Amino acid sequence: MSGSIVTFSNVSKTYHIGTVTVNALRGVSFTVAPGDYISIMGPSGCGKSTLLNLLGCLDRPSSGSYLLGGQDVSTMEDDALSAIRGARLGFVFQSYNLIQQLTVTENIEVPLYYQGWSEAECRAKARELAARVGLENRLDHKPFELSGGQQQRVAIARALVNDPLLILADEPTGNLDSISGADILRIFDDLNKQGKTIIMVTHDDDVSSRAGRAIRLRDGQIESDVRHRS
Amino acid sequence: MSDPHNIQADRETTFLLAAETAHRVREISVGRLIRTVRLGMRSLWLHRLRSLLTVLGIVFGVCSVIAMLAIGEGASYEAQEQIKNLGSQNIILRSIKPPEEQKAMDRGNQSFILQYGITYNDAQRIQATIPGVTVVLPARNVREYVWNISRSVDCEVVGTVPWYPEMRNHRVATGRFFTKADMDARAPVCVIGAEMVPILFPIESPVGKDVRVGSYYYRVIGVMEGRGRIGSGSPDSSGGAEGHRMFIPIETARANYGEVLMRRRTGSMEAERVQLHEATVKVHSLEQVQDVSEAVREIMRRNHKKMDYEIIVPLELLKRAERTKQIFNIVLGSIAAISLLVGGIGIMNIMLASVTERTREIGIRRALGARRQDIIAQFLVETVLLSGTGGLIGVLLGVLIPFIVSHTAGMKTIVTLWSPLLAFTISALVGVVFGIYPAMRAASMDPVEALRHE
Repeated sequence: MSGSIVTFSNVSKTYHIGTVTVNALRGVSFTVAPGDYISIMGPSGCGKSTLLNLLGCLDRPSSGSYLLGGQDVSTMEDDALSAIRGARLGFVFQSYNLIQQLTVTENIEVPLYYQGWSEAECRAKARELAARVGLENRLDHKPFELSGGQQQRVAIARALVNDPLLILADEPTGNLDSISGADILRIFDDLNKQGKTIIMVTHDDDVSSRAGRAIRLRDGQIESDVRHRS
Repeated sequence: MSDPHNIQADRETTFLLAAETAHRVREISVGRLIRTVRLGMRSLWLHRLRSLLTVLGIVFGVCSVIAMLAIGEGASYEAQEQIKNLGSQNIILRSIKPPEEQKAMDRGNQSFILQYGITYNDAQRIQATIPGVTVVLPARNVREYVWNISRSVDCEVVGTVPWYPEMRNHRVATGRFFTKADMDARAPVCVIGAEMVPILFPIESPVGKDVRVGSYYYRVIGVMEGRGRIGSGSPDSSGGAEGHRMFIPIETARANYGEVLMRRRTGSMEAERVQLHEATVKVHSLEQVQDVSEAVREIMRRNHKKMDYEIIVPLELLKRAERTKQIFNIVLGSIAAISLLVGGIGIMNIMLASVTERTREIGIRRALGARRQDIIAQFLVETVLLSGTGGLIGVLLGVLIPFIVSHTAGMKTIVTLWSPLLAFTISALVGVVFGIYPAMRAASMDPVEALRHE
């Protein structure tokens, strides 16, 4: 088990909205090996977002355990979870979620800033990653001056800046045209080839087919877990 | 396939190390604080107008308090200076016309000579019976016109003793005061007030010249120091401004004017007999002033049936002035507190709106590793920056306004060092106090909810 990055054991998540109880996840168990490229699919309301929030340590499971890189994060304090998010996880969102008043470089720096990197180190690392996603000429632009595809590339650079154990992507191509979308997916493919572990929530079968492994959720449970390639 | 696994294991250990060092670096947070401050400044600069309007309450609060304090301080300083000029160790007795006599005279009953006021006996009695009294300084005042050929000024001719300047803290500017020899010889010499000089002697120096009072001529031997503007409530302004006083030896005054003063009025003559118009008692030490003043009151009460005198104790006036200033300061402090409270609430209101507006940013930052305290720090720094800047602008305006006032209106203003410092510190504190709640609200947001916020 020590080889796996993520170990979900019988994880459930229950929400209480007023008097209604929603069982968003019901006993989900799976493991993620290093270098995996997993797509998570399923109809809306099946628990995809909940699963991603739990994987991203933004939320804690109601029951069951979650080991991330050998550490049990399901019972951690809020501050410890923040530290884990900042040090071990990279997020790419559908709506990019860049901070509007910051420049490209500064947006990429944010995770390092919260880990206490010095300003010079932050700057150097952020420039390096901006160059890696092809934005070396846009360093001082604000997000609203960039196209959707460019913004998403900034978000990817930001997700990579802390050299994370796991990259979590929530429909990263959902807001993009097909050309930009393909562009972004190519970056993810490359990252996976370089050994990055990626979990991506998507609606799109084509996107899903690029991933080596597809998990399909239905009603808060895993319906299928298929590997396309060995 | 075992290769990537090994790499992964290596990476895990390096990650743990990285996380540890990260925590250590977090402790050394001066650099981080500076970056947080810069970030806050940029956020506020992004909404310049809003930030400016937000801090306006603090600006006006701080500025008005400092300005009002400076003006009040200046006014009370002037009042206290005037009182101090009377000599805080002095007790001043003055003759006043008793009100019932005034009425009798108004009825036209003018055939007798009105007798009232402090007598030579009073002065001697005080000198002899009260311990701790140094000198009794008698003075006789006559209201007359003083002439230099065709120029004249309405002034109080004060017959007094040579040690008057020393006792009343009133120095001679040029020339000299008269001596005991002058007094004994009943010499026709005088010392005039500085304010009279430009009227009587606009060109030449007055010292050595003669002035005429009634049918007597006096040689000017000195000019007293000017004492500036005297307020209408000044206890020393029994007849016009203090500057309009001319001093002659008391014996000269007695010889020339006698004890009976005649004054023409419309259709009648008015005569009054006053031995001393004024007497000053100098007390040895400040601690004794209170007791001596009581004793003087007692002596005067026993020997005078009518209230034909008044007793002025400058020290009491000084204490009263200080008390008044204290009350003024308390009132001002309350106004300051209220205005800072209002300003603080204004800032809190805007910060709460800002937190709601930036919910998504908070969510992003939390997802990227910000702890609750990082979010608190970010918003608290912004609030303190707002209130601190407001305080700073307020201090600048508050120092500028008294400066302008004293230059345009000619009022004396004193900006004490502590008032801007205190005002600035308090306004920065207001930022902390009123920033905590919005910051806590920002930090307590659920990251998942915050990220979903539109």
